[in-house]
Amino acid sequence: MATDYSAVLVFIIAGIGFVLGAFLFAKLIRPHRPYKVKNETYECGIPAEGEGWLQFNNRFYIFGLIFVIFDVEVVFLFPWAVAYKSLGLFALVEMIIFIAILLVGLLYAWKKDALKWV
Amino acid sequence: MELYPIFGWLDGLLEKVGITGPTADLITLVALAAMVFGLLSLIALFLVWWERKISAHIQQRFGPMMAGWHGVLQTVADAVKLIQKEDIVPTLADRKVFFWAPVICFVSAFAAYIVIPFGEGLIVSDLNIGILYIIAITTFTVISLLMAGWGSNNKYALIGGMRSAAQAVSYEIPLVLSILGVVMVAGSMSMVDIVESQSGWGGFRWNIFFQPLGFVIYLIAATAEANRTPFDLPEAEQELVAGFNIEYSGMKFAMFFLAEFVNMFTVSAIATTVFLGGWNGPFLPSWIWFLGKTLAIVFLLMVFRWSFPRLRVDQLMEFAWKVLLPLAFLNILYVGVFAKWLNW
Repeated sequence: MATDYSAVLVFIIAGIGFVLGAFLFAKLIRPHRPYKVKNETYECGIPAEGEGWLQFNNRFYIFGLIFVIFDVEVVFLFPWAVAYKSLGLFALVEMIIFIAILLVGLLYAWKKDALKWV
Repeated sequence: MELYPIFGWLDGLLEKVGITGPTADLITLVALAAMVFGLLSLIALFLVWWERKISAHIQQRFGPMMAGWHGVLQTVADAVKLIQKEDIVPTLADRKVFFWAPVICFVSAFAAYIVIPFGEGLIVSDLNIGILYIIAITTFTVISLLMAGWGSNNKYALIGGMRSAAQAVSYEIPLVLSILGVVMVAGSMSMVDIVESQSGWGGFRWNIFFQPLGFVIYLIAATAEANRTPFDLPEAEQELVAGFNIEYSGMKFAMFFLAEFVNMFTVSAIATTVFLGGWNGPFLPSWIWFLGKTLAIVFLLMVFRWSFPRLRVDQLMEFAWKVLLPLAFLNILYVGVFAKWLNW
């Protein structure tokens, strides 16, 4: 059934084509009169203070780490879910143990205030 | 390959000219892509108008009234205006990243429509990993928002992009886990199989009746994934002006706008397929049932937007991890135990 996935490739390429086509069409009719002040970075209408690429709170990083753990877990859960009906009670118990271990990790992160947005 | 039945005649036509095999498949697929693109543009035009009318009725604002009957042509006029608008690129922006962000944003929303069953047999390609594929491809939107935030070289845009990334990854987990319960019952990830597993019993086999908790979790997480109020912090107008799309104008802005409404339709279509029985329904053609249910969910999301105030950013993150995630695991446990008990 590998051929089914050719639709994905065609849709992605065609989608890019449609967007670029729309850009090109707009380029043909829209005005283009840039000058220095117009192309400045917007910041409340006053001249911009400092760099736009500033240092950022590493909260995002911690949430990213927790996300990766649970996302990998979900990858394991999906094949289990598809086959669930044909598996016995053993599969349910096993998965409860697997999830419980990860929930302990979540509780640890919770207690350590990693889930807190400061 | 399952294609829209309308394209039977195209296949026949191509065969007459002497084009067969992979070339014919390719032409058919490109034609399908064009058809889906046109359909999505129409849907987005309608949804923008509908949203403005709903906001006008709910909040006693003035809605569009002048262009056409009750302003139906207003969005068309807006689109024509946007095409004529100058494309302003800030001098300090990272030009390549700035350019490709709206493209990726739209394409990731567009490519999800390969596996959405608009009706019985109305699916471009019934991938066997359907639902997982949608989740994977729509996540690319996050990357495009990050690119827009970074490429603009603007503080508001950067904060908006970062927020959207943190928000999207946090709500991704409950979203996927709420769908997992349905996959367990259906025993398949294919969208068509999921819909067919819900047919019969006079509508009472819809997953919403068996796992209402899963549906509520999905709806909340989907609202957040689609960046809709009360979870629209990435583009909070009052504090971030417009968030990640602050520096965009003209067609590039239009692509973000289009993708936002297409995403809203996507999450509603998934809710319909996964929880509301998809195209199943009596008397009327299957595509009318699908469209009706999907638009009902869209209506719900719009009512949310105009009824609820925006959450604070710390409440938003804690809600995802401390409330939705444990509830999602509870839902899986419930589905697991009951499916075994009832021998579903």
